[in-house]
Amino acid sequence: MIKKIVLMGNPNVGKSVVFSRLTGAKVISSNYPGTTVDFSKGKMILQGKTVEIIDAPGTYSLKPGNRAEEVAAKMLKEADVIVDVVDSTNLERILYLTHEILETKKPVIVVLNLWDEAKHLGIHINEKLLEKILGVPVVPTVALTGEGIKTLVSRINEARSPIKYKPIGQDKRWIKIGQIIKRIERVEHRHHTLRDKINDLTIKPSTGVPIAIVVVFLTFLIVWLIGESLSKHLIQPVFQYAYKPLIVGFGDWLGPGFPYKILIGQNYGIIDFEGSLGILTTGFYVPLAIVLPYIIAFYFMLSLLEDSGYLPRLATLVDTVFHKIGMHGFGIIPLFLGIGCNVPGALATRTLETRKQRFIAATLLAIAVPCMAQTAMIFGILGRYGIQYILMVIFTLMILYFVVGIILNRFVKGKSPEIFMEIPPYRKPDFHVTFQKTWMRVRWFLKEAVPFLILGVAFINILYTVGFLQWLGNAFQPIMQGLFGLPGETSIAMVVGFLRKDLAVGMLLTIEGMGVYQLVIAATMLTIYFPCVASFIVLLRELGLKDMIKAALIMICTAGIVGIALRLILLGV
Amino acid sequence: MKPLAHLTRNQTAKITVINGGYGFRRRLEVLGIREGQNVKVLSKQPLRGPLTICVGSCQMTLGRGMAHKIMVEEL
Repeated sequence: MIKKIVLMGNPNVGKSVVFSRLTGAKVISSNYPGTTVDFSKGKMILQGKTVEIIDAPGTYSLKPGNRAEEVAAKMLKEADVIVDVVDSTNLERILYLTHEILETKKPVIVVLNLWDEAKHLGIHINEKLLEKILGVPVVPTVALTGEGIKTLVSRINEARSPIKYKPIGQDKRWIKIGQIIKRIERVEHRHHTLRDKINDLTIKPSTGVPIAIVVVFLTFLIVWLIGESLSKHLIQPVFQYAYKPLIVGFGDWLGPGFPYKILIGQNYGIIDFEGSLGILTTGFYVPLAIVLPYIIAFYFMLSLLEDSGYLPRLATLVDTVFHKIGMHGFGIIPLFLGIGCNVPGALATRTLETRKQRFIAATLLAIAVPCMAQTAMIFGILGRYGIQYILMVIFTLMILYFVVGIILNRFVKGKSPEIFMEIPPYRKPDFHVTFQKTWMRVRWFLKEAVPFLILGVAFINILYTVGFLQWLGNAFQPIMQGLFGLPGETSIAMVVGFLRKDLAVGMLLTIEGMGVYQLVIAATMLTIYFPCVASFIVLLRELGLKDMIKAALIMICTAGIVGIALRLILLGV
Repeated sequence: MKPLAHLTRNQTAKITVINGGYGFRRRLEVLGIREGQNVKVLSKQPLRGPLTICVGSCQMTLGRGMAHKIMVEEL
């Protein structure tokens, strides 16, 4: 009786795609190793019976070398049948894991995935002969299109444990694999293809760096275009023309008073979506009309870049720089995403292996990376005085990213291992898959982040209504004036900045006695001193309470030091 | 015999010895990078940056420190 099927295989062979094909469940897969660190569970119907199916994390070997491999090795013990998913383009390496799996004596069925790609590369595999040699069923598939999946399902109960496999030493195992490959695989000689050419150009420093700059620039341009048009032409009009009348009616029914202040806003009779702090107004408008469009745009572009296989190459190019600040090449990913919105950036710190790397990535993100909305506001308030003031803010933040990074690398305990990463072949992204993936991530944002954003707005509104924020603002007034040479009311903007950084930057313009240098100081400090409430909650979840407190202290200290330094440099007093 | 890190771009060599601990050797081994294999350097990033190599049909990026532990014989 088959009760539990476990999918096993190397990272980046399309296991998750096979899993979604078998279960109908949606799992994120990417063209870089290590997407699945946690496992996914699903169910499928096999000959009228419900069977549990588990997608184990990708592993190169059954002897656990890291956390993903530990999980995988544990799953294997519980399995009734193992579906061993294999990358047809890279048989030699993958037969190693297959051999280890066969030695466990569990019933096995081998899936030769990426069959189309192997053909395309001129690799011919005699799967019938492989089946005979291994003694277990072998099914070629193209999981992305679903080719071969039916055959796989119909043959799952043919899975068996071959008797002839006895554990052998490593060297013997490789020799044996070599012999098998010689018998079943024929590789056509092929000329350098366009793909090889692109591979070469994008990884060689002399051409790779300029290409990387163009790719990153284009990505931001497209994100900006998609984000702006979604926001301005689709979501904002919905709020203006469909949602606003409802709120006006509701407000009239509610009448002035405490509930109105909390639900709709501080000033009776005025519907202000952006700054009124009402739960039904700002609480819904900010996450859905301002943040969501950029989330959609960013995740779409990220999915495209992921599936094409470009990210590991980008990571290779920037590795040297990132190694100096305690991370390695993959540190570019949280930075890259964070420039759009700090929330996905904070989530992406997971791609780094050690605690030290994740801590540095998260802290630097919070300190020196303003999100798109905030950057736009900084341009808005400083642009009228001249581009040099915008550059002052940007250069200060860039210098900070590296200086704080170098300092953290020195003093944070733990290891920063060197980069060690497979570079997958370039693949043409499948738009259907890209859209699906974007949608899964957006759905995650709607479910996991939006409720917190609404709660955050509600919380700040209550603090404002009871007068706590004003009190806090007054309390910090002397510090603002004394240390940073800023008008006292700046402290209220700082408090609001916890909710919305862009809003707080905008508030600076309304403060009397702000010169352009004060604006530069305040805008820079607003970026550094603390993350906004949404990023704060995600960072708290990623880092844990203890590390979050440490990171927060570093942020506040950095903001203080930078504020004083800028005051001395710019104001000269 | 010299370390992999000393090869230049597009040079091919045979891996003779892999120094380093069991964990490191094993990490390479499961990727098919082992003694006797041919290795080609695809790129070297400047300032002691990582190397991208090709072994069999597998490409990977590894740090300069690791590349110093892999000894090769030029072909």
